[in-house]
Amino acid sequence: MAVNRMFRTCPASGLKFHQPAEALIRWNAVAAVVSLLVGGILALLIVLTRWQAVHLLSPDVFYMVLTAHGLDMLVFWIIFFEIAVLYFAGSTLLGCRIAAPRVAWAGFWLMVIGALMNNYAVLVREDSSVMFTSYAPMGAHWSFYLGLILFAVGALIGCFIFFATLSIGKAERTYVGSVPVVTFGAVTAAVIAVFTIASGAIILIPTFLWSIGLVPSIDSLMYRQIWWAFGHSSQQINVSAHVAVWYAVAAIVVGAKPMSEKVSRTAFLLYILFICLASAHHLLVDPGLTSSWKILNTSYFLYLAVLASMVHGLTVPGAIECAQRAKGFNKGLFEWLRKAPWGNPAFSGMFLSLIGFGFLGGISGVILGTEQLNIIMHNTLYVPGHFHATVVLGTTLAFMAITYFLIPVLFRRELAFPTMAKWQPYVFALGMAVFTLFMMGAGTLGVPRRHWDVSFSGNPLGFEFPGTAWLMIALFGIGGLLAVVGGIMYLLVTVYSVFLGKRIQTPGFAHVTARSGAAAPVTAPVGAALTGTGSVAHPQAASGTFVLAMVFFVSFVLYYFINWKYLSTVWPLK
Amino acid sequence: MADKNQPIAYEEIPEEPVPFMQQLMDNPWALLFLGVVIPTVLYLIWGVMEIVSIPVAP
Repeated sequence: MAVNRMFRTCPASGLKFHQPAEALIRWNAVAAVVSLLVGGILALLIVLTRWQAVHLLSPDVFYMVLTAHGLDMLVFWIIFFEIAVLYFAGSTLLGCRIAAPRVAWAGFWLMVIGALMNNYAVLVREDSSVMFTSYAPMGAHWSFYLGLILFAVGALIGCFIFFATLSIGKAERTYVGSVPVVTFGAVTAAVIAVFTIASGAIILIPTFLWSIGLVPSIDSLMYRQIWWAFGHSSQQINVSAHVAVWYAVAAIVVGAKPMSEKVSRTAFLLYILFICLASAHHLLVDPGLTSSWKILNTSYFLYLAVLASMVHGLTVPGAIECAQRAKGFNKGLFEWLRKAPWGNPAFSGMFLSLIGFGFLGGISGVILGTEQLNIIMHNTLYVPGHFHATVVLGTTLAFMAITYFLIPVLFRRELAFPTMAKWQPYVFALGMAVFTLFMMGAGTLGVPRRHWDVSFSGNPLGFEFPGTAWLMIALFGIGGLLAVVGGIMYLLVTVYSVFLGKRIQTPGFAHVTARSGAAAPVTAPVGAALTGTGSVAHPQAASGTFVLAMVFFVSFVLYYFINWKYLSTVWPLK
Repeated sequence: MADKNQPIAYEEIPEEPVPFMQQLMDNPWALLFLGVVIPTVLYLIWGVMEIVSIPVAP
């Protein structure tokens, strides 16, 4: 069978797109944005129900909408986009052809069918409102599980296409030695994805068989233990992918190279080795599992992954600072930051994602991962507050940021509504920061998650929350609405640009056949920054980043001890 | 004298011993092996063994 070796070179970035890979990246990105649209509409309905003064949906519809929102956002939007990132980081950044494009298309369509089937089970059949976690023995319709299994198989195919593409690049010498750090981040995401999806298969296949009556029962404790290897690790794919996007955007916008590529790669290696073990923190109050298992997986190995996140959180702004100082922005501690391209939504989105992920998602993640502190937040609104800070403020905002780079480069369209695009990351980040902060505040006061009516009105065992809790719920409702506005702005800009935007005309544009063998190096600055390896040649003292790091550490330590103090008031020792 | 700006062909780069950690990080299949085996042993297998060792109520 003839191998398609047709490439085009992007005139703006110098990146080389393999024709089948380009189509696959586009379709996966479009499927991701469609999932985001559906999940976003559902998010609005949830916010308007959670906000007690509005309380829009009835209980049945609320749980149905919450289930679909969780799956569309946490699984379909994110993983479709991640597969696009894998193909971009594999084929495009290495300048090599994608492996087995037909198989990759089969994987894509499996993912589409799986996502549609799962949404059908939840939203059309209306008999699968089992939440994202779908804890057995709470049962859903068989199409709910089969949809997830098909989607997972498709995503797994995508991961192995990515690994095979790396091997092709090496064999055909389109790169020699180490892959670029962005691609290494994608390798990390793909490794975690393989473990995640395999774990999902281990538990979802028997659950599917149970739903059609072939298996008599599912052990609920076993289900939770294995399911979380899928449920939480899937969010670790996001972390690796969005950190790779941070490095990519820093290279694209300011030409930043890692301060020490060795350190950055080692941090990714820590993710590969340890981050999946953090799933154990969901089971910290479960019976049946020993303290040894809980403490080793969370209080030891989880912290090695946290260390890796802190390394990335410091090296990315550090690299930006070095690049900016090399351009002459040397005055004081923060001229490099003040004169950063804040009007470029790719940069502002990336930097706000980094700050939000570190300060809100990262610190709260450590609190939840500490066995003793977990008990005061477990199953409260603190948990969705935390994961909206990591997955929405961190991952989603980073993916939004790189979209602004991909629209002209990948879709060859001019960005529509540039002023709206400029403001979009700020509106979205502000909305999500308010949303997550006050959601975690309400959780700290004990407000439960997932419950349609947190006031328990009319119940014999009602509970009176302090007025502050209701205020916080209203405030996160307002934050959520603002974030939805930011989401609508993103969808308007991207959908209009991709389908109706002005086409970028390139005189003499053509796909050309690449010869088998070493590819010519990318010479345009953006592409060269993305595909290059090695650290910055003469790193200058990143004193501004050091000060930012100290602010982070002080906030971290203070908040950590505040929570221990809070724990001591819950269970006074006499 | 050779032009310093002339690109060097890959074949002309003198070979140096590659450190073990770099060899590991340059091998995605080895990373995949480690990234799957470690959580499978420490999280899945260990956890499942603890759950199945819980005595069943009479």
